[in-house]
Amino acid sequence: MAELLFWPTLLFYGEAAFGYFGYARRAGAAGRAAIWGVRLGWLAQTALLAVQAAREDGFPWGTWAGSLNLFVWFVVTVYLGVRKPYRLLGLAVMPLAAALLVVARVGGGTGVGARSHYSNLFLVVHVGLVLAAFAGFTLAAALSAFYLWQERRLKRREVTILRRQAPSLATLDRLASRAVVFSLPALTLGLAVGIARLLADGERVDAVIAATIVMWLVWAAYLVLRATRGLGGRRAAYVALAGFALVIVVRLALPATHFS
Amino acid sequence: MRLVLVGTSHHHAPVELRERVALGHDAAAELAKRLAATGGEAVCLSTCNRTELYVAAPDVEAAERAAVAALAELEPDVEPALYRLRDHAAALHLFRVAGGLDSLVPGEGEILGQVRAAHDAGTTGALLDRVFRQALHAGRKVRAQTAIGEAPASVSSAAGALAEQVFGDLDGCSILLVGAGKISEQAARSLLSRRATIAFVANRTLDHAADLAARFGAEPLPLERLEEQLVAADVVVSSTSAPGYVLDAATVERALRARRGRQLLLIDLAVPRDLDPAIHDLDGCYLYDIDDLQAIVSETLVGRRGEAERAEAIVAAESEKFREWQASLDVVPAIMSLRARAEEIREAELRKAEGLLGRLDDSQRKAVEAITAQIVNKLLHLPTVRMKQAAAAADGVIYAEAVRHLFGLGEDER
Repeated sequence: MAELLFWPTLLFYGEAAFGYFGYARRAGAAGRAAIWGVRLGWLAQTALLAVQAAREDGFPWGTWAGSLNLFVWFVVTVYLGVRKPYRLLGLAVMPLAAALLVVARVGGGTGVGARSHYSNLFLVVHVGLVLAAFAGFTLAAALSAFYLWQERRLKRREVTILRRQAPSLATLDRLASRAVVFSLPALTLGLAVGIARLLADGERVDAVIAATIVMWLVWAAYLVLRATRGLGGRRAAYVALAGFALVIVVRLALPATHFS
Repeated sequence: MRLVLVGTSHHHAPVELRERVALGHDAAAELAKRLAATGGEAVCLSTCNRTELYVAAPDVEAAERAAVAALAELEPDVEPALYRLRDHAAALHLFRVAGGLDSLVPGEGEILGQVRAAHDAGTTGALLDRVFRQALHAGRKVRAQTAIGEAPASVSSAAGALAEQVFGDLDGCSILLVGAGKISEQAARSLLSRRATIAFVANRTLDHAADLAARFGAEPLPLERLEEQLVAADVVVSSTSAPGYVLDAATVERALRARRGRQLLLIDLAVPRDLDPAIHDLDGCYLYDIDDLQAIVSETLVGRRGEAERAEAIVAAESEKFREWQASLDVVPAIMSLRARAEEIREAELRKAEGLLGRLDDSQRKAVEAITAQIVNKLLHLPTVRMKQAAAAADGVIYAEAVRHLFGLGEDER
């Protein structure tokens, strides 16, 4: 059943990604098709996660591939929450969601039977909070990329700037910082729970934990510099993208060491 | 009732002629009342680009003559510039007007409010009420489903829209005007309409700055104090007649250090230019001169024309609905007679059966009433729908006559 639900999820997310490319060229049917792709894909993936949860005794997303599946769901959920005024964000979010879902499937994260030896409560708090934070950082990075694109249009004095209007620079900058304000505490708590468990088990800090701590420092610096030095605009967008690069590194390159 | 439109617009008459037939709100309402006095309906739509009289009356020729005479009374020379449209053509014209498709700048939004005001002030009945409501609906639909009205159509509105692209909501945005001429004032009004605050007016002659500043509740400044206010301003609009740059890149760069990364939009409407083009290269600064704004406006007008094609399709579909509704009026009397006859028969039959029904209790009697009413309704539903469809296809009168003949409607009166 879980396997069966994977395909419609991928199909709808893929359709949404193509739809947003069409929408970027011209508003109309492509944009509406994209929105429905996101909605239906999200419903299919929610059903997929529900089936996984029902079939497993414990937390079903304890493996790196399983957690990637959950991460994609978080990202699409966050996007659905902010989509209405920032529809073009789908151009960045939906291809990423479709690609990561494929990676999750290749790693066996969309089926059932992949169990972790950790306790359910620990996994729910640690994995859940860290993934929710990653989803928030992904949104912040997408908004920052959007900011840089919009700023480039203004700097190049593109004549189409008022025909295809995007959210204002101030709005994109503010929303990106809000996403970080909500995500950093979640990462802090998720990370603290993980480190506490690590110390209790007498284990050593692995590469993924070290990279996550560096990532935490980048996002913390983002907020501190905003508050104290007025960091904003293009520089803030670059810092957010650097933070997101670390999210990608932690999410994709290192999980094999952390979950093994 | 038939619909007649007599009017003139920027397509047919120069401004010297249009201004002589333009009417204020009260005068337009008075004229509509006068035209409707003979038992009809009338609405006068008068804006700076058009004066149009919409009249609904049984005698279409007389209504048209009265409307032409009313406009000729205002200005005898207007008669050759008048257009005369009837029924569906008149409705389609009104729908295009409400959708902004007949405007000087396609898609301008003000006209929808003007159509609404004309409708409210008019003397309307079933026909004009319907056509104006449907026109307003078509106008709203055009704006909701196309991007025809989204892009600005003038340099000053483009400046306001650009400011929104940088700052979002301009509420609380601080504007610094450099120069106190007409162009500065126009740009300021566009920004004010977007809820920005005109905070400072700087000018070489302080008296002129004070005059303009007083109109906006702003602070007047001599040009020498420009640099200190650059720190506080979000948007700078410059349009002086100075021969050289009023503001150079070095001055703006100094101000930027105190702005803590806040963006600064600079609009240079002057020729020769007031603002050093190198300002645009500074981080967080966006400088647009008159040519940049003209290019944006030209491009958005091209976009508006593309959207106009989609808007025309919406307007045509809405006017077709009106045509069908108007045509269905031809069969309404026949439908009403048919239903009245059926109801009369039903009641007569129930009265005849009074002896039997008398033995029933209240709830049983009500059930019988409901069942018989339902039978009548079900029996007449399809003929009613078919007659309306036939009316829409222009066969309504034939069908209505056939129904009258078959059911003997109106024979008692004869």
